[in-house]
Amino acid sequence: MPDYKWPDATRRALMGKRHSRIDGPDKVSGKAKYTQDRKLPDMLYGRIVRCPYAHAKVVSVDTSAAEKMPGVRAVTVIQGPGKEIHWAGDEIVAIAATDENIARDAARSVKVVYEQLPHFVREEDLSEAGSQIKDPEEKTEGDPDKGFKEADVVSEGVYGLPVITHCTFESHGSLNAWEGDDKLLAYISTQAVSDVGSGYAQPLKIPAANVHILQDHIGGGFGSKFSTDRWDVEAAVLAKKAGKPVRMVLDRDEELKVAGARPSTFARVKVAAKKDGTILAWDSTSWGTGGLTGAGAPPLPYCWRIPYRLKHYAVATNIGPSRAWRAPNHPQACCITMGALEDLAATLKMDPLDLFLKNIEMTAPRANLYKEELLKAAEMIEWKKKWHPRGDTTPGHIKKGLGLSIHTWGGRGHVSENRVTIHADGSVSCELASQDLGTGTRTVIAIVAAETLGLPISAITVKIGDNRYPRSGASGGSTTVGGVSASTRRATVDARDLLFQKVAPALNADAAKLEAVGGRIQVQGDPTKSMTWKQACARLGATPIVATGKCIGGRDELTNQGVGGAQMVEVAVDTETGIVKIEKFVAVQDVGYLISLKTAESQMYGAIIMGISYSLFEEKIMDPTTGRMVNPNMEFYKLAGIGDIGRIQVHMVMNKEQDERGVIGLGEPPVVSPGAAIGNAIANAIGIRVPNLPFTPDRVLAALEKRGGLS
Amino acid sequence: MRAFEYASPTTKEQAVALLGEKWGEIEVLAGGTDLLSLMKDDVAQPKRLVDIKEVKELQGIKYAPATGLRLGALVTMQELLENPAIKKEYPALAQAADGITSPQIRNAGTVGGDLCQRPRCWYFRDGMGLLAQDAKGRPLVPEGENRYHAILGNSGPAYFVNPSSLAPALIALGASIRIFGPKGPREVGAGEFFVTPKTNGEREYVLKPNEIVTDILVPPAAGARNATYEVRQREALDWPLAAAAVALKMSGARISSARVVLGHVAPVPWPAPEAEKFLAGKTVSEQVAQDAGASALRGAKALSQNTYKIQLAKVAVKRAILRAAQGRV
Ligand SMILES: Cc1cc2nc3c(=O)[nH]c(=O)nc-3n(C[C@H](O)[C@H](O)[C@H](O)COP(=O)(O)OP(=O)(O)OC[C@H]3O[C@@H](n4cnc5c(N)ncnc54)[C@H](O)[C@@H]3O)c2cc1C
Repeated sequence: MPDYKWPDATRRALMGKRHSRIDGPDKVSGKAKYTQDRKLPDMLYGRIVRCPYAHAKVVSVDTSAAEKMPGVRAVTVIQGPGKEIHWAGDEIVAIAATDENIARDAARSVKVVYEQLPHFVREEDLSEAGSQIKDPEEKTEGDPDKGFKEADVVSEGVYGLPVITHCTFESHGSLNAWEGDDKLLAYISTQAVSDVGSGYAQPLKIPAANVHILQDHIGGGFGSKFSTDRWDVEAAVLAKKAGKPVRMVLDRDEELKVAGARPSTFARVKVAAKKDGTILAWDSTSWGTGGLTGAGAPPLPYCWRIPYRLKHYAVATNIGPSRAWRAPNHPQACCITMGALEDLAATLKMDPLDLFLKNIEMTAPRANLYKEELLKAAEMIEWKKKWHPRGDTTPGHIKKGLGLSIHTWGGRGHVSENRVTIHADGSVSCELASQDLGTGTRTVIAIVAAETLGLPISAITVKIGDNRYPRSGASGGSTTVGGVSASTRRATVDARDLLFQKVAPALNADAAKLEAVGGRIQVQGDPTKSMTWKQACARLGATPIVATGKCIGGRDELTNQGVGGAQMVEVAVDTETGIVKIEKFVAVQDVGYLISLKTAESQMYGAIIMGISYSLFEEKIMDPTTGRMVNPNMEFYKLAGIGDIGRIQVHMVMNKEQDERGVIGLGEPPVVSPGAAIGNAIANAIGIRVPNLPFTPDRVLAALEKRGGLS
Repeated sequence: MRAFEYASPTTKEQAVALLGEKWGEIEVLAGGTDLLSLMKDDVAQPKRLVDIKEVKELQGIKYAPATGLRLGALVTMQELLENPAIKKEYPALAQAADGITSPQIRNAGTVGGDLCQRPRCWYFRDGMGLLAQDAKGRPLVPEGENRYHAILGNSGPAYFVNPSSLAPALIALGASIRIFGPKGPREVGAGEFFVTPKTNGEREYVLKPNEIVTDILVPPAAGARNATYEVRQREALDWPLAAAAVALKMSGARISSARVVLGHVAPVPWPAPEAEKFLAGKTVSEQVAQDAGASALRGAKALSQNTYKIQLAKVAVKRAILRAAQGRV
């Protein structure tokens, strides 16, 4: 039985260390090609006519002017007369033309008559939602009534997160070309190279095997790019009609309006506790929207096993559909829970860190880990030195405060298969139909392969982004690193062992006694009996070694799930303007067996920046009268810039215990806590809770006003 | 973007001759940082663009202590920012330009364009008109998303805010705008340049469709302490939520006379004569600056979502006064 186990710290040359991402030079030099960079000869440009109303019925569609326009090559009606439209921006007609401007002109010339219907786009105030509210989901665990009866204090609060968008820097899109009648080639910006093809096959009525998917690089997905979208399929339809490839790429405003949104959640919470800080019970009423279907209930209370009673209302709105957003439901649940607990600590006049530590057993099964992480984070931010009770009493209008949060996520590796080839010239390739979302997947694969084969990282060629390679799962749920590292490990161990068998006779040794280290194959511990990697591979002659390795997902022992993580932040609030600045942000994170330290840290930074951004700036703002998004641009859909993020420090928990868990994903967990930690820090600074994100000047000033006037 | 005719005249006479009688059909193109986005969004649909960048006489910065400052309309924000005389004599202008924290926009955007740029009201930018209304003719802003809209001069039908960061500083400094049209040159005070439109077809300034801004003239600062303070949420490129420019003529430690002009709070840059009166004769202190802010905003009336802007505008006035008094750039 080959030994696939992850080598421990004493036996690894590359894993767990800092290496620059292998596609970095391609990206910074512009050599890396994204879907939006793709061009094919005679390519046409696609354009969608979108409904301007939030709720309407299509009465008639007249495309005749567009069809007559010089340069227009194909027109299709997507949703014709009689169709009910439920959000502004939904697709009505698709057009392909020889250049972008003609496509736009043609789109403008399409005459659609609508019958406008009433719409609803604002769910923040539940009392205004009326019949849009669906039947509540209710759930009770333990005996919350007993807790409330026995309580010395009950803390109450309101917390909320609005709908935000994914705002991927590369907007959604694809370039679609037919090869013959029933074979489609699609360059598509996707998180699911292996699986996205079926989204074309069904509506186009072609065998899934005939859809060839290609993607080298992607400019962000965050959960919004798992499947084909209607505009992709329509582009393929246009391409067939026109007999030419069609590229359909969304404009920024389309991207923000229809290509991805995170559901909102608002909650009224009551938490009961004893005077000594023992947490007893939780009661919450929450609501939120993910568009027409409402939004699922967030997992409250989050991370803490408190006896609870929950009521959640999904509210149907005409804001457009939601999609999985990096750690679906967790940032919402986290913000509400950690906010309520920090408010409880303030009511008890307790340091929230002490409250967390006192009740830490309620975070089982990771209580010890959380404790360790909280203490480490506290040390990094000098919590005990800097923390003060609610309301900074330092004179002047700048008030500082500290906030904390913990989070969790699954992150077990997905099903993955990697085909490794060792060629006679010594080169090595890994082939798997995975994708690198910018997370460092290529780099991770190369590191695992290089480590196993005793080679430098540069010796490995990683081929991903083509669905003709062996299948590897979609990149969602932080499952990629576990999946591809396990399949790569098994494939390379098998390939290496086959090579050992080939060269064992020449080294006069037992194949089982060989090792691959430092670019050589040698008898374990005996460098005198060795040959270079090149010499070894030369013995392969005309037949390269090909081995495939799998990650089976579910019970795979090379990967695991269930991380913790603690984050703390210091903010400075200008109480005259309500402007919040991040002073310092610290994050401590476990991830099991860590393969690539630098790209892991980079994930942390990216997640925290994204977290700061949704905490301070982001909001999909809907106009109640028109039902349209008023800020579908990068000017008023505000994102944090480099000057807005303060100092960020991350610490990865790396030790034997973590090593023994196996590889766990990291893409999502660090984005969960920032909203909670920042909200708590603001409350600590200014002495009152700002209920809803994002913490913009208007909201902060309104809270200060409520506290009893401005400073 | 729709197809258009493109003209590139080399004299202001040629430029004006290429312009038309009606707004919207022919547009002046300077740096293009605003106009081109309006065209891409199909809000502006000109049939012809008259690119004035080759009109050399519209370029250049001239400063002389006796006569003051002359800015050609084509001076870029970056040139303005880097000019040592402006930094020293007119920090209010340099600070305003510095607030446009995008080097790309500062390098391409011109001072003439900054004055003539169109409002950022999101209903206007969504193609619903500058005085956006619903199908029944009711204005959209008061009932709608108005967090960035006007708190002064907002009795309708205009609710947008004037976007120019330079304008409040120029008005506070007593600048005038030189205009050229078919009948030759004319000059208006910077404060008189801006007007509140009453119908969707009107513009926010007194230019006629066939006129261009050629120069901006700023009288000698003559020792007047001046400063701009903008309240912006982000360090990254962001619009001010409120801004104020002040110019204080001092006699010793006392203010002999003051100009206070608010930005981003009304459809036009908004002079605050009450604050000016209040400041005359006072010695600058934190309290005096704060009270001046309060008097500047006495007439303010919030829409449904922008009460906070009243506070921010007060703070802008206060901090602009303190900054001017400190004489720090
Ligand atoms: C995200 C963003 C943030 C910004 N933030 C700020 C800010 O904080 N403060 C601020 O002040 N600005 C800000 N700007 C706006 C920027 O300063 C303007 O776009 C720029 O100054 C316009 O100059 P331009 O030469 O590019 O004008 P153009 O785009 O060429 O023209 C703008 C308008 O002015 C007219 N015009 C230009 N020159 C003349 C002339 N000489 N005579 C008559 N009409 C003329 C044009 O016809 C057009 O209608 C921001 C812009 C963006 C995109």
